[in-house]
Amino acid sequence: MEFFRPATLNDALTLKSAHPTALCINGGTDVMVELNFDRKRPETLLDLSAISELSEWSDQGDSILLGAGVSYTRIYHELAKELPGLAMASRTVGSLQIRNKGGVGGNLGSASPAGDAHPALLASGATVNVASVNGTRAIDINDFYVGPKKNAMNPDEIITSVLIPKARGGQQYSKIGTRNAMVIAVCSFGIAIDSTNKSVGTGIGSAGPTPLRAHEAESYAASHLDWTHGSAVTPEMMKEFGALVAAASKPIDDVRGTAAYRRHTLAVISGRCLKWAWTSTQEMRSK
Amino acid sequence: MSNSTLPTKQRDHVEAPVLGGLGESVARPDGTLKVTGDFAYSSDLWADGMLWASTLRSPHPHARIKSINIAPALKINGVSAVLTHDDVPGSKLYGLEIVDQPVLAFDTIRFHGEAIAIVAADHPETAKRAAQAIVVEYEILEPVVDADYAISGNAPVIHDGGNITRHVPIIFGPQNLKADVVVKGEYEVGMQDQAPLGPESGLAIPADDGGIDLYLSTQWLHVDRGQLATVLGLPPEKVRLTLAGVGGAFGAREDMSMQAHIALLAMRTGKPVKIVYSREESFFGHVHRHPAKLRYEHGVTKEGKLVYVKANIVLDGGAYASSSPAVCANAACFAVGPYEVESATIDAYVAYTNNPPCGAMRGFGAVQTGFAYESQMDKIAETLGMDPIELRLKNAMVRDSLMPTGQPVDSAAPVAEILEKLRAMPLPPLTATTDGFDVIELPGGASNVTHGEGVRRGIGYAVGIKNIGFSEGFDDYSTAKVRLQIINGEPVVEVHTAAAEVGQGLVTLKGQIARTELGVQRVVVHVSDTQVGSAGSTSASRQSYVTGGAVMTACKAVRDEVLLYAMEKLGHLHPHLLHFRANYKMVNGEIRDGEGQLVSSLADLVKDRVFECTREYRHRPTTPIDPITGQGLPHAQFAFAGHRAVVDVDIETGMVKVIEMASVQDVGKALNPQAVEGQIEGGTAQGLGLAILEEIQVVNGKVKNPSFTDYLIPTVLDMPPVRSIILEYADEHAPYGLRGVGEAPTISSTPAVVSAIRQATGLALTRVPVRPEHITSTL
Repeated sequence: MEFFRPATLNDALTLKSAHPTALCINGGTDVMVELNFDRKRPETLLDLSAISELSEWSDQGDSILLGAGVSYTRIYHELAKELPGLAMASRTVGSLQIRNKGGVGGNLGSASPAGDAHPALLASGATVNVASVNGTRAIDINDFYVGPKKNAMNPDEIITSVLIPKARGGQQYSKIGTRNAMVIAVCSFGIAIDSTNKSVGTGIGSAGPTPLRAHEAESYAASHLDWTHGSAVTPEMMKEFGALVAAASKPIDDVRGTAAYRRHTLAVISGRCLKWAWTSTQEMRSK
Repeated sequence: MSNSTLPTKQRDHVEAPVLGGLGESVARPDGTLKVTGDFAYSSDLWADGMLWASTLRSPHPHARIKSINIAPALKINGVSAVLTHDDVPGSKLYGLEIVDQPVLAFDTIRFHGEAIAIVAADHPETAKRAAQAIVVEYEILEPVVDADYAISGNAPVIHDGGNITRHVPIIFGPQNLKADVVVKGEYEVGMQDQAPLGPESGLAIPADDGGIDLYLSTQWLHVDRGQLATVLGLPPEKVRLTLAGVGGAFGAREDMSMQAHIALLAMRTGKPVKIVYSREESFFGHVHRHPAKLRYEHGVTKEGKLVYVKANIVLDGGAYASSSPAVCANAACFAVGPYEVESATIDAYVAYTNNPPCGAMRGFGAVQTGFAYESQMDKIAETLGMDPIELRLKNAMVRDSLMPTGQPVDSAAPVAEILEKLRAMPLPPLTATTDGFDVIELPGGASNVTHGEGVRRGIGYAVGIKNIGFSEGFDDYSTAKVRLQIINGEPVVEVHTAAAEVGQGLVTLKGQIARTELGVQRVVVHVSDTQVGSAGSTSASRQSYVTGGAVMTACKAVRDEVLLYAMEKLGHLHPHLLHFRANYKMVNGEIRDGEGQLVSSLADLVKDRVFECTREYRHRPTTPIDPITGQGLPHAQFAFAGHRAVVDVDIETGMVKVIEMASVQDVGKALNPQAVEGQIEGGTAQGLGLAILEEIQVVNGKVKNPSFTDYLIPTVLDMPPVRSIILEYADEHAPYGLRGVGEAPTISSTPAVVSAIRQATGLALTRVPVRPEHITSTL
């Protein structure tokens, strides 16, 4: 196995161009598991952890430009106000050691439907920035996940950052896992309410071949939330919203849970997330 | 973590004459090293020029081996040897009770993960790739995966002699009694793994005398040695074993795993050979807890008095026998639980199947029945409209109650007190869901599942019984060599046994015993090896009892010799020594007479002499059980423990948060209270794991979750604080009155948690582990 550890992004892009099958590694929290299980035997590893610009974030006014390698720990410590949904999702990733190493770049690179960052990124309408020797490209998160563990990147591209709109309303993330910590999602759900545009974004994790959005649930919520007076989400709305989210999922039976259980609990947690996110939307408004 | 009531008195006859003696919470010598990551485990061993071993395992649960081609592996650079069953010089089979398991498979594959070939190479990765390069041609066969089917008489036979590894019937009291109320139930226990954090690992070094030295993790050095000698075709004295740092065991290291493999490779290559299983291989490389189906019928009076218990228990032993026969006997003997009953009719079977082999795990057959009988007790209470604790109190065993084997429980049986004390403990407050609540405290924990929605609290109680020590007439002994000498003017005691310290704290305890018995501060505990006689297994909660007893006996023998020598040397000055030797004490490195007057310091008396005694210790004899009636005196000691579990369940998602575990256990005497508390907390955690998390999922003979990603053990957010009360009712048959501690808490923990979930949800929950979908399936 060849191992490269470039110090600059340009060097990394050159190497990736020369070795398009090279597997990128940063925190290693996904890649090392695959290697340990012998599921992957890449001929080349491209270690991006020495490239400092990948582990920085910056305020772009309406959005946060989040380096692909910014650790989950930093996300929830430093960006909980701007990106509450992603911060909550980051808080549920693995153990503290994992959260200190892993970042959204890994989730996006693996494109596993169980990745905790995906629902939050989908709900917020993020954009994934990728680069190659030929230039850069911005991929809408809605176009990013193209199949089971497949994303829309070309072999010579590297994920550099994610542009995520700052919260303009309540956001939530909830995950079903059989254990109370350090658990891979049986299913998960993220929601971002945008009180400026009076819209609702959603993301479903671990209940389909790719991370999914629940478009009908979004429209339902946008048209039923009381944007004018902010009156509370009713149990009927929670139920209907949950049913629409569950209907948008495409779960299977596997060792972590049954499809029926995934559908059922998605409905429950998404209904709850709608209620909680709407409550915090009102709290933000009253401040 | 812990909130416990430690015993503070009643340690009259174990009064320690020096610091660090019995009754103190002496710190473990390995504690800091383990916490800081500096402890050397068997996976850290190193020898110059050593090779690394790897194993090729079957991907099929049942197959015929048509051919094995090792040539592609031998061609790989760095590979020194590739061995198959053809290369086993001695017996090709091994086993703890029944010799039925191939060292390396030949002819037939009987389970997913069975070892077929082994490789030694200069790098672990090379060894692994070489193992994968071996070409095996299989004829795939349909696996037998259901234990009921396996013993039905209609299934293909897995081993000559049939698929019933053992059937243990118990017929107790008058049969076919009628009762006012009949309560039936069927229960199921999934396959739990011991999940020791240290994977199987060891180092084998070929010796100049044609023998071999092994350094490894195990639970019983001498039984490994016996099996290895047979497999290697060597006399036992040429197979020398030394215990390396063991990262937990819980039964998983009773059977051999890598021992014979590294020995064979070392003897073939003439070089040291090391192996370390990956976590995934560890799941395939050791036996698991028997999955079980348990069908019960209880007959009770309207007032709640048990009249009869009928139980049919089928344990899935998997492909090889391991310790299945003894597990089966335990399941039968403890099928009724710590209750008195007039009549019992029990049939316990253990079956051969093509599932992974099952054997010893903490609780050993009593865990499976514990879940079933305690579930039945809850069901009876519900049927009668009785309080579940009152029902248990009404039927609780007392001293001299009879077991279903007819054996009297001739020592303390404080079942009622355990229940009363559990009930009297204060309950934890309801979890806050308003103003600044922490989602971590709620079901789902860090995953942010509920802010109080759907959450119901439940409280459950359970009590359990377990035997201590090997049973059914087994000659269960341990050996200790104790030496007293003066080093640099100071008396030093050396204690040498072959007992496996697997994390339970025996090294600490051996030192405490020696200090107490000989009044000497400095005790050196020799590393455990086969240079001294067998200590028996570190299992059945027996080492404090049996090896502790051997150390005690050897120390007393040394003391006796020292005093005889004192008589010889100083008898003219101390005439009482002749007749009142027993009154003399060894305290703080001195010999004092009955009045406390100094006779001599040990240093002055002993000088250059070495006092050394080797002694064996046996617990009192037990008897086999009658093969037709199950009657006999099979057990040496009984342990009792109980739990109260408090849980919060989100009934809409099935997420469970155990809020508190309260425990009451009789330990006879707490020789090291902190170690006792550790055992209670650990056993409680392992029982909680079985209740809600831990299961090896086997589908059509194939293991689906051989990793800690999908085999989930409790984290600190799943395992709540334990509130424990330790009772000390000395067992007059045991050294210092102690009662084995390690297993009993594992038995009552599981049913208590499930009982609490039942109370929260109103569901029957007849299978463990309870999965979230079991809770939501009725919604």
